[in-house]
Amino acid sequence: MMRQGTLPLASAPFLDFARLLRRHAFAVAPEQVCSFMQAVTLLGPRSMADIREAALATLAPPPDRRGEFEAHFRDHFHGDGQPSVEGEEDEETRIKDDGGTREKESETMRQEKGGELSSAIEQLSSRDFLRDDDGLGPFRRKLASALPARRSFRTVRTHSRGKLDLRRSLREIVSADGDIPSPQLRRRQTVARKLLILIDVSGSMKLHTADYLKLGHAAVQGADRAEIFTFGTRLTRITSALRIRDRDQALARAAALVDDWDGGTRMGPTLLAFLSVPRFSAFARGAAVIILSDALERGDHADLETAMRRLSARAFRLSLATPLAGDPRFLPTTAALRAILPDLDDLIDGSSLGSLTDFVLSLARPAPAASAIWKRVS
Amino acid sequence: MQEPNAETVATSPEAVARHLAGSRYLADDSLATAIFLAIRLGKPLLLEGAPGVGKTEAAKAIAQLLGRDLVRLQCYEGIDAAHALYEWNYQRQLLAIRHAGEHEIDIYDDRFLIARPLLQVLRAPEQRVLLVDEIDRSDHEFEALLLEFLSDFQISIPERGTIRAEAQPIVILTSNRTRELAEALRRRCVYHWIGYPDAEREAAIIMLRAGDVAETTARAVAAAVQEIRVRPLAKPPGISEAVEWANAATILEKGGSPWPQAFRRAIGVLIKDEEDLSAIAPELGQIVEEALG
Repeated sequence: MMRQGTLPLASAPFLDFARLLRRHAFAVAPEQVCSFMQAVTLLGPRSMADIREAALATLAPPPDRRGEFEAHFRDHFHGDGQPSVEGEEDEETRIKDDGGTREKESETMRQEKGGELSSAIEQLSSRDFLRDDDGLGPFRRKLASALPARRSFRTVRTHSRGKLDLRRSLREIVSADGDIPSPQLRRRQTVARKLLILIDVSGSMKLHTADYLKLGHAAVQGADRAEIFTFGTRLTRITSALRIRDRDQALARAAALVDDWDGGTRMGPTLLAFLSVPRFSAFARGAAVIILSDALERGDHADLETAMRRLSARAFRLSLATPLAGDPRFLPTTAALRAILPDLDDLIDGSSLGSLTDFVLSLARPAPAASAIWKRVS
Repeated sequence: MQEPNAETVATSPEAVARHLAGSRYLADDSLATAIFLAIRLGKPLLLEGAPGVGKTEAAKAIAQLLGRDLVRLQCYEGIDAAHALYEWNYQRQLLAIRHAGEHEIDIYDDRFLIARPLLQVLRAPEQRVLLVDEIDRSDHEFEALLLEFLSDFQISIPERGTIRAEAQPIVILTSNRTRELAEALRRRCVYHWIGYPDAEREAAIIMLRAGDVAETTARAVAAAVQEIRVRPLAKPPGISEAVEWANAATILEKGGSPWPQAFRRAIGVLIKDEEDLSAIAPELGQIVEEALG
């Protein structure tokens, strides 16, 4: 029997650190651990800073989990106690979002008709979701083919109406000993557009957020490229949590990520924060963007107007689904809604899962602009 | 003169930082360490960060410090093997088949092979620096295609077999993080996240990069740009925009505009989005005054 080689004693802390990271769901491959130890050797190490740099460069934590990684590093190598790892925000979002300080200063001065239910005060809380059958199976299955499509730069083989595919045609000619068979053609492929859903989790939307998250989970599971964010007083990306196939697990993980359940609304500033992070605003480019919110922005709606104008310029189609439109007497009369109506492609009823899923599945079909429809109604 | 050897240049992170500064690129300790490790471990370097923080410039500076040619592969949606690895010259193959008549010819001969950037790098007799720019713009399939190249520095051409690098290239990948990259790609690379520099470093970069800018101007620009970046703008200004702003303001000042006005008039080279301009305009005067402070 071959005798297993033993590692030097000094390597133990590094191996233990890799194990610790794996226990906390960091993807650390064995080759990365080897590189980590090689890097430590190459750097001396002359100080703990060298070990930290080696760990960051070779174990490559994702930028949005960098804080968590650093906490584990301090805990393991400096013995700083248990790291706090829950509900970490994306680093970039934290930089751009001022946490509502501007709104707090002017909160008492602002009043607006239609905004009575909304507040900009931040209230952090957690949320549990009940297990039930959502009946969203058919929606999940139909979604990928129902989304609006665009022409990709990738090509596919076709039998008619395409450009000559010289590579395949030549292969045919060679295999047919120089005879020229029918030419092979290629055409640009059509792909489904991205779907971006922004869910309002503020207090005034409390009755609907559970349904909206179920819709978000079904969208992530059904569409090729879907991104889901929540916003209230903060902006949180929950797409990675919703990628878990089991809906209850996914919603529980998403619930842990979001800190501002049932709190106030800072719709304008949070949407601006979304747009100011290049990585996030890239999601909106050419996408079908759906905002699930009552759009009750308390006070000045200048930020909301700016954000919606920018979103509308980037998106393929910008839709606002508000539960208020479930009431047959609903009219977009609040100042905020009136201001953003020209930027909206759709202003629709978001009071039930049924109406929302029907709408999402109809996104590929053209429809008159929201302002034209609501002008007729009012 | 003998070409510098990668291992003689990269003796320590400090030496790398020193050499990069010689190539007019100021790297902080973390970036210098990542470059040092990538060179010494023989692994690709993956640089991620917001647009305009100097990722592509870092690759150019590395090529310069090593005295190597830089081969750049710009990624885009739809890029595939034919654009990145190699392609057969089908027209010439068809002509050759026609001319050959009854004779047998090898249509997969070297003369029909068009080498694209990755193959060029592998076949080069000398070590090259390969920049795979904005990998996040490519499709997932292309990322997967790169894996063989990145782990073993080789590519397989079905008609010709596997081609290995004659001299192992130094590979730098950049990403603006508009989408998440595959774990398989990340773990093959030495990774570094480049953030915006602090005001002091940015002032030093402006001094190094701008043509004829006074130190006080560079410091004022760096301070003002830091202040502008924390605002929720659609396109936060990058380092090169800050350098351009310092240059433009200096030219205007020499043309007779007093300082705060010169900065305000040159704002178009810093902020290149109309809505950002109107958002920042009311506060710009105060930001500049404070920065000039």
